Amino acid sequence: MVDQATADEQYLAKADFQVLLDLLAGEGYEVIGPTLGEGAIVYGPLRSVADLPRGWTDEQEAGHYRLVRRNDEAWFGFVVGPQSWKQYLFPPRTRLLTAKCEHGTWKMQPAEEPVPKYAFLGVRACELAALDVQDRVFMHSAFPDPHYVQRRQQALVIAVNCTQAAPTCFCTSMATGPRCRQGFDLALTELAEGFVLEIGSPRGRELAARLPLAPASEQQCRDAADARAQAEQQITRHLATAGLRELLLSNLNHPHWDEVAARCLSCANCTMVCPTCFCSSVEEVSDLLGEQIARERVWDSCFNPQFSYVHGGLVRHNIRSRYRQWLTHKLATWHDQFGTSGCVGCGRCISWCPVGIDLTQEVAGFRAAADRALFDRRPGAGEHAASVSGQGRGPSGLSASRPFLQQPRGEAGRPLPDEAPELGQSDAPGSESPRSTEGR
Amino acid sequence: MTPSAPFVDPWQIHPVQIVEAVPESEGVTTYRLRYCGGGGKADYAFQPGQFNMLYVPGAGEMAISMSGEDRQAEGWLHTVRLAGVVTHAMSRLGVGGVLGMRGPFGKPWPLDNAQGCDVIVVAGGIGLAPLRPALQQLSAQRSAYGRLALLYGARTPSGLLYRNDYATWQDAGWQVELTVDRHEPGWTGRVGVVPQLFDRLRGLNTGRTVVFICGPEVMILFAARAALARGIPPQQIWVSLERHMQCGVGMCGHCQLGPLLLCRDGPVVRYDHAERWLQVEGL
Amino acid sequence: MGRPRLAVFKFASCDGCQLTVLSLEDELLQLAEAVDICYFLEASSRMEPGPYDVALVEGSVSTEEDLQRILEIRQNSRYLVTIGACATAGGIQALRNWGDHAEFLRCVYAKPEYIRSLAHSTPIAAHVPVDFELRGCPISKQQLLEVLAALLAGRRPKTPEHAVCLECKRRLAVCVAVARGVPCLGPVTQAGCGALCPAFGRGCYGCFGPAAQPNLAGLTNHLQAAGMAPRRLVSGLRLFNAAAPAFQQESDRLAALEEAER
Repeated sequence: MVDQATADEQYLAKADFQVLLDLLAGEGYEVIGPTLGEGAIVYGPLRSVADLPRGWTDEQEAGHYRLVRRNDEAWFGFVVGPQSWKQYLFPPRTRLLTAKCEHGTWKMQPAEEPVPKYAFLGVRACELAALDVQDRVFMHSAFPDPHYVQRRQQALVIAVNCTQAAPTCFCTSMATGPRCRQGFDLALTELAEGFVLEIGSPRGRELAARLPLAPASEQQCRDAADARAQAEQQITRHLATAGLRELLLSNLNHPHWDEVAARCLSCANCTMVCPTCFCSSVEEVSDLLGEQIARERVWDSCFNPQFSYVHGGLVRHNIRSRYRQWLTHKLATWHDQFGTSGCVGCGRCISWCPVGIDLTQEVAGFRAAADRALFDRRPGAGEHAASVSGQGRGPSGLSASRPFLQQPRGEAGRPLPDEAPELGQSDAPGSESPRSTEGR
Repeated sequence: MTPSAPFVDPWQIHPVQIVEAVPESEGVTTYRLRYCGGGGKADYAFQPGQFNMLYVPGAGEMAISMSGEDRQAEGWLHTVRLAGVVTHAMSRLGVGGVLGMRGPFGKPWPLDNAQGCDVIVVAGGIGLAPLRPALQQLSAQRSAYGRLALLYGARTPSGLLYRNDYATWQDAGWQVELTVDRHEPGWTGRVGVVPQLFDRLRGLNTGRTVVFICGPEVMILFAARAALARGIPPQQIWVSLERHMQCGVGMCGHCQLGPLLLCRDGPVVRYDHAERWLQVEGL
Repeated sequence: MGRPRLAVFKFASCDGCQLTVLSLEDELLQLAEAVDICYFLEASSRMEPGPYDVALVEGSVSTEEDLQRILEIRQNSRYLVTIGACATAGGIQALRNWGDHAEFLRCVYAKPEYIRSLAHSTPIAAHVPVDFELRGCPISKQQLLEVLAALLAGRRPKTPEHAVCLECKRRLAVCVAVARGVPCLGPVTQAGCGALCPAFGRGCYGCFGPAAQPNLAGLTNHLQAAGMAPRRLVSGLRLFNAAAPAFQQESDRLAALEEAER
């Protein structure tokens, strides 16, 4: 894709970057951005440019993430980590309502919690797309969620273009990146000494007017375009989306779901790290005497067996049906519900699956089976196909003779540990200090 | 980015009072509810087929369809079967008790689209409850519709709901056909399953007949098949489906059935939009 | 009607779960007002006889005397709630279920003939019907409060059955298995601890026992493929909840595998 510099591009020197942070703080924003924590690049409050993970990068593969030192001092020389911006707009726990019993009568009050005013710094293209997906769920609805809407409308978005990709990235397949094109107030592309800056909104223009900017030189614009092109060139993972919805929905009883279910732990990690997954449950938190109640919305997951409870039992009562729900929702029925795919190609569910299940490979498996079935159905092809696919046939005519997708373990660039530590033992030298849990 | 509709907090729960509790059958009670203090939400109105989230502090919320409007046109009815924590808590509250409510939510029965058509209402057990407001409205606007028939069954004769209403409906021009799974002393009516009651309907004008079905999921499937078998197109069959609804407004993900978010896209859905998904086990 | 009568009993255990009752702190006075604490030796020498409305039972059945005592407690209690890994799964002392009991006695005690313990440590539910099981080693204060509040309100307690991972990510902890290669039982262990260990950079030890519908083989296959020997997986699974059926079956399967390979 041709990536031409626009006339609007300006240059912010790294030496002046703290001005941006101070300006935002002065405007009452809580600046949130990438920072080091617990052996990963996580999101947290940024007060100084020193809080950024300068000189660090991430190494990612299916079921694998490691923080690695770079051989330069790049500020944003990594992709996406285990967290996403959803934890700020759709927090893991949100108080919705309190109820108090006074003289035998219940008083119900909406939860009145201050709405934080966030400035998100370092939002990647796939994450901009994820914000848009969650906007559709929580905001562009007949009944918008006030907790999300208030946070979202106040939030300032400063995007950062990726200049590299991880092996888990596939934003190009989902048409969400790597270039940030919309949904930001400001967008940055990192160069060695500074950033090429684009303006994406009136609010961004106001902010830019107060920054020590210079017009970007032609060379700077070219370097920025090259850096962005590098990210695109590094993307190797692919998810073929043409006809994907029908492919999955016409194979709901395919035996391959059983094969995935044997590997899937139904642990919910993929849904927790996913920047678009929005499933939640409301918990009733009561005091001992049941006189003071808080209703709190917590992140939940279609991988939680209890999630599909309907009086008398579980609808999705095994891992097969839960994995199927997740994959078909994410890639197929999300289109019906919200007019978009639920997947933005960030690759988090691949990296953070503790057993390394890769949705792009699972989809490729379904596709290969469908292609084989098509081949099988061609006149005259039956005999040959039978000898290839063996005896078993799935309900949809697809081959069921063998699991067509054996997850390669320890092959896909993933280093195997020489000797795994005992269960529960950390192998991290100088294990990080206990994290502060709440309030981030 | 600004929502166009006036901003309503879908999570806000309003206090409502139980003003009447009428036992219907074993474990089934119809509650008449009214906003506390009379005023405030006097403009509350719902369409037949929609539901409310009823809340008992400490116990939690549940989605329950409205089963009718109150006789004084003030307040509304919910028919509730004792099942879980919330229904038991509600039964303990009794008349005068205050609970919380959000709603109305969900897609109603398409009564306007059915104007000029024959309407067959098919219900099993407590599945008559979400259809009762539809029966009431169709009766009130009798002239706007063609032939009207109710096919209703329950496990036992004492499980048949709203027995005092049948005569009223018949007077309004409904053909009322009843059946039970199991005989009880004193029952002189039919014994058999609900879909068989389609045999009682002669000379269907299938092109201009609309069918509304609610009941246990298996009964819905068989009743819809019975309607299809008689030549009624799937686009004219509407069913009310149940999954665990929690937010009521399509943002918590609980009540999915394939592409449907049943609290938002349902609970009343066109059969051809649901049939494919109902047939997949564990979806 | 008087206040509900509460009793707390101890069987083979370390008292840690009873201490959780005492460490309710803020709620303890409220609890003492709401219920009549009739029997709780850890806290008071008062020993009111039954019947009790609620009996909290800590510990596993480990002696002949225990067997008799739990039957009496059951008869005297309207609701019997077991608390902790010992009471719900036999506890760490159930490791002897795989060993030679007589040999242990010989090795440990100068006069083993004075020791009368059963060859197996078993959960309370193996002997009497249990109304509710509260998992954990030790139990969680929040879950204990939920159980007490539910019993006072006359409803069934609501405690999650899903995996630890869900609450680990709810507190925004980074997965130790993926980011550091730390073997972690979180994906197959029931939530309730608040993902305490992973949040402090350690793998989950499985204190709350198996989650609902756990895929043990899915996890152990993966760890084996990553180079972990079956015997080490066996010792990982045989810990506080060694005799919980899902953990026991998987550790037995792996032990047999190890045996066969030898």
